[in-house]
Amino acid sequence: MTLLSRRSVLAGLAAGSALSLAPMRFASAQSAAPIKLGFQVHRTGIGASYGRWYERVANAAATRMNDMGGINGRPVELVFEDDGTDPKRGAEVVDKLVSQHGVDLIFGSLFSHVVIGSAPRAGELKVPYLPCSEGYHVASGMLNRWCLQPGISDVRSQVTAMAPWVMQNLGKKVTMVFPDYAFGHDHRDYFSEAVAAQGGEVIAKIGIPPTETSFTRYFPQIPAETEVLYHVMVGPSVLTFVKELGEFYGAGSGPQIFGFIDSLEGVDLASPGLEFLEGSHFWEGHCRHKQPDAPAWEADYRAAVGVDDNGASLADPKDVATYAHMFSVWETLSTIKKGMEAAGYQSTADRQKFVEAVEAMTSFDAGLDHVQGAKVFNGKTHQVFSTQFISKVEAGKLTRVHTTSIEESLYPDAVDYTAQSF
Amino acid sequence: MGTGSLLMLATLEGTVMAAVLALAAVGLSLTFGVMRVVNVAHGEFFMLGAVLAWAVAQAMPSAPLGFVAALLIAPALVGALAWVTDTALLKRLNYNPDSTIVATIGLSYLIQQGALSFFGPDARAVAAPFTLRLQFPGFGYSGYKLFVVAAALLVLLAVWWGLTRSRAGLVMRATQVDRNTARAFGINVDRVYAGTFALGAALAALAAVLLAPISQAHYLMGHDPLLLSFIVVIIGGLGSLRGTLLAALVIGLADGILSMLYPPTLAKILATLAVAMVLVFRPQGLFGDRT
Repeated sequence: MTLLSRRSVLAGLAAGSALSLAPMRFASAQSAAPIKLGFQVHRTGIGASYGRWYERVANAAATRMNDMGGINGRPVELVFEDDGTDPKRGAEVVDKLVSQHGVDLIFGSLFSHVVIGSAPRAGELKVPYLPCSEGYHVASGMLNRWCLQPGISDVRSQVTAMAPWVMQNLGKKVTMVFPDYAFGHDHRDYFSEAVAAQGGEVIAKIGIPPTETSFTRYFPQIPAETEVLYHVMVGPSVLTFVKELGEFYGAGSGPQIFGFIDSLEGVDLASPGLEFLEGSHFWEGHCRHKQPDAPAWEADYRAAVGVDDNGASLADPKDVATYAHMFSVWETLSTIKKGMEAAGYQSTADRQKFVEAVEAMTSFDAGLDHVQGAKVFNGKTHQVFSTQFISKVEAGKLTRVHTTSIEESLYPDAVDYTAQSF
Repeated sequence: MGTGSLLMLATLEGTVMAAVLALAAVGLSLTFGVMRVVNVAHGEFFMLGAVLAWAVAQAMPSAPLGFVAALLIAPALVGALAWVTDTALLKRLNYNPDSTIVATIGLSYLIQQGALSFFGPDARAVAAPFTLRLQFPGFGYSGYKLFVVAAALLVLLAVWWGLTRSRAGLVMRATQVDRNTARAFGINVDRVYAGTFALGAALAALAAVLLAPISQAHYLMGHDPLLLSFIVVIIGGLGSLRGTLLAALVIGLADGILSMLYPPTLAKILATLAVAMVLVFRPQGLFGDRT
């Protein structure tokens, strides 16, 4: 038997503690391999301005998560794939993320036609698919059990919650201008329904293709007796749309204007030609301009995602964020962490356990994990519900004038995904 | 909105559309008329003009200055690119009709993806040189759009004059009639071809610079102008300047008026139907020569 020298024992002790200290951040993991989260990003195509910010927010959220010890003690790695805001590419991206990159789940898609085109493939591959999309396609039952939307409320709940305020404050005869595809049709169908329930009437519904570049030709269809012009537009030409609306009506004349901020997401409110919007109202999922009564975590969130108090990039004040929507990416990642930890997620074999764990959730508390505010999650419809904000343009800034309650945004369940097989 | 106002707005929109379309289509028509090259990349030259207009304008201190600089620089750059394309690519294919179609399809992808790589995927707003809102009975209208019509008319007049009255135009027409005879008379046909291709692309770019303050610059904006330019050129008669201008006016106005009264897709359907009818009953186009 050889005796160990004091020196070698000390050296061994030092080496051993160095080994055990080094991966301390992710110490509790059975496997220290990173959890790979696929992100379907609209880097190009008509959703590019959203995609750019969604990618930044996802990276910021992942950095924060890793600083806090990752998920189940394992680091988080994001894998981005561009879908070109194209449904066909979307389904291919789902395939690629799963089969080539071996991701644990996929999240982040926004445009409803891409989500609807991608979700069936995610269901076939039995991989959790978490859009950050607003579309009513999740809660309507159109998708499948693998699809969950815990990061942002859907259009149906948004317009249901806001219709009473619009009716009481702006007028009862509404003309709607919306993009002529799934997302816009959700607006058309459920806002009309909510308006009728309030004793108002939608007197004209004007659908515009999301790839349209010229809008003046649609405006004569707006009836003269319109009291409220409700607009929601997406795609690269949103600024053109709003500018041409201004040319058509001018300042001070025409109906009250109520818009979804989607019509100006990523666009500077101070752009020339938008002066006529002063005094008009917008829906916001999350207030672009920091409000005086903003919660304590708001500043931390803005700093983390690189946005100033006016909702523009810290690096370039002309680069305006898609602020009203992008919180959904941040919050979805928070829910993914909670779901994976509740399910004891270890490998892709536990994907079903993850979906079941999220289905068991009922509410999210407001805080840095859920920066937009408290939320109610419906495990049966896989959809989250939140407060909504109505803001008024005052001196070129969006000032919040009304907050709806979560209760106002609820509607009867249209599906019970938990009754479906995996 | 009253019928009078509606018709007036429709006519205004149609006229603006016709003006931009005429500029874009004249370039395509010239290229085909003189060179017998079907330039599928024409729409991407258009797009490049708009994107370059944004790049130039945002580097300038004021909106009017930026617009004027864009008006001068963007078409020149696009023209230069087209010149290089002609000498480096099309000439080497001996202007073979089939090969040049395939080559310009490839070129269109290169330009589109190049614009995406260098200038990004976002729609870029170009400020108009002036803001003027004209109030008509029942609606307001952008004064800049009327300026576009006037500017397009001026440019078209200049092209017309250049082709029919100047020596360069004479040389181009001579090459169009018979390139071998033209060469025998000492005309540098290679230079005429490169110049024509550059002029065609520069006209598309010019149309795009004029349009950019109305509808922004975006790397995917080349599809519609290409399709509509082809429609105009086919209806007007390939290579006929007069036919192109008349067809642009008809298609532009019809699109403006029809899309005001019916869904805009119907206007596109009718324009495409008109192309089919022209191809069936008058394949050479309204003003084309029977070859």
